Amino acid sequence: MTAQTAPQSATGQSQHGQNQNAKNQTEPEIDAATAARKYWMSILARTDCNTLATHWQGNYADVAWQTLRAPQIGMVMVRGRAGGAGQRFNLGEMTVTRCSVTLADGTIGHAYVKGRDRTQAEYAALFDAVMLRDGAAQSFIDDLAQKQAVVKRDHARKIAATKVDFFTLVRGEDE
Amino acid sequence: MYVAVKGGERAINNAHRLLAEKRRGNTETPEIETDQIEQQLSLSVARVMSEGSLFDRDLAALAIKQARGDLIEAIFLIRAYRTTLPRFAFSKPIETGKMDIERRISATFKDLPGGQILGPTFDYTHRLLDFTLMANGQTPPEAAQGDQPVDDTMPRVLDDLLNYEGLIQDEPASADNDDAPVADLTREPVSFPAGRDLRLQNLARGDEGFILSMGYSTQRGYANSHAFVGEIRYGKVAVEIEPEELGFAIDIGDIDITECETVNKFKGSKIKPPQFTRGYGLVFGQSERKAISMALVDRAMRAREMGEQIMGPAQDEEFIMEHSDNVQATGFVEHIKLPHYVDFQGELELVRRMRKEIEARAQSTPETKAAE
Repeated sequence: MTAQTAPQSATGQSQHGQNQNAKNQTEPEIDAATAARKYWMSILARTDCNTLATHWQGNYADVAWQTLRAPQIGMVMVRGRAGGAGQRFNLGEMTVTRCSVTLADGTIGHAYVKGRDRTQAEYAALFDAVMLRDGAAQSFIDDLAQKQAVVKRDHARKIAATKVDFFTLVRGEDE
Repeated sequence: MYVAVKGGERAINNAHRLLAEKRRGNTETPEIETDQIEQQLSLSVARVMSEGSLFDRDLAALAIKQARGDLIEAIFLIRAYRTTLPRFAFSKPIETGKMDIERRISATFKDLPGGQILGPTFDYTHRLLDFTLMANGQTPPEAAQGDQPVDDTMPRVLDDLLNYEGLIQDEPASADNDDAPVADLTREPVSFPAGRDLRLQNLARGDEGFILSMGYSTQRGYANSHAFVGEIRYGKVAVEIEPEELGFAIDIGDIDITECETVNKFKGSKIKPPQFTRGYGLVFGQSERKAISMALVDRAMRAREMGEQIMGPAQDEEFIMEHSDNVQATGFVEHIKLPHYVDFQGELELVRRMRKEIEARAQSTPETKAAE
């Protein structure tokens, strides 16, 4: 099943995978299917509503589905750690929209996305369901991931241009 | 006797209509769009999100527009709005070590792995007005691109560079202690002494000007904590939550964060050798001034924990935490402009009566007075 493709192969989130800080590794092991789902959900959460809607209408317009939980706007309290690694504290909230849908065969898709776009959350839940059902949107996800990676890389190159190159002047008294 | 006074309704309605007209300004000037505010006044947006304690760039931009650019009024609007929303979850602690770096500098180590990344900064500008921005029409040249992107992994200065010698104290509670409850001042009343979790939450949403002044006071001698900036980083971090219906953590998107860690001298005590101590600042958006100030005040407020003598207001957690919130402060300061006719009538009566009594006493005993 294409949905089982390991997320490391794609570029979009690879950074979060490699850059593990040894300190915070208390997370339980997750299976490959869950890892794949986490990955596509993270890509969908970063994709704007129009892109999702266009692709859905063009490819899945005939898919039958029902709303399980209508899109709802709420908040997540974002937590930080003192010193980056110490005691937890509540930093402040962020807006989040969630939605759940059911396909005709009973597959349930969920979405939690940053911001207040109900339609984006609904499409993200639909794509989650389609991916769970048969991984049909894998190439779409890979495509999105690649685009996100390119944007990120281009930006990171602009940031890299502001890196300081120190050079030391040789002074007479040191010979 | 309480006398109800009515009659302001029409005046209030008309005042609000006038306000709307003034907000719009001269209609020959194009109306400002909220996405222009979101994009082009992004540091105002960052402040409103931080102190409004709600990360949502669009809402912050709307609040700024509605408040005519009065940022504290905008923060008030955001605070009011957030009370209308349900809270779905607490995030897992964000991992600033995995930040997509947009700026990262250290004032303590010059040659650090990953390098000094200046990013979009006002530092080293000459603070001369740029009249081309007023002349309205020059699109800036595209930013330069490096051959390679910035490093994915940037070690944390305090943990990865300074800590290997044990020269800096560890954060007292690390990931091992994650079952401990986390204080939340938006849901429970604040009591003192306050834990560091509560103090950091209070500082993160505290008024930038107030935190700045208090941080400044620690540098000027009203707390014994000479600080260096170990590291400042600004960039995007992913937020993860673990919804019950899924049972595993998912990434819901990125937020912009500024983080500052200060390194402070500590002379040591009878049981501890001299070592460096830490202050921590973390805020939404790009706001270095606030993050540095927060770290200074966080360190100052750790006086009790370090067994230091309290010698300045920045070390007094009750003073700081009770005065840092600009919505609370503005509410109490500004409420005295609202009608206090009856209170004041009472005061007026009292002062008149006291004066009368004093006059009466003076007249009834003229001989004693003369004899004195």
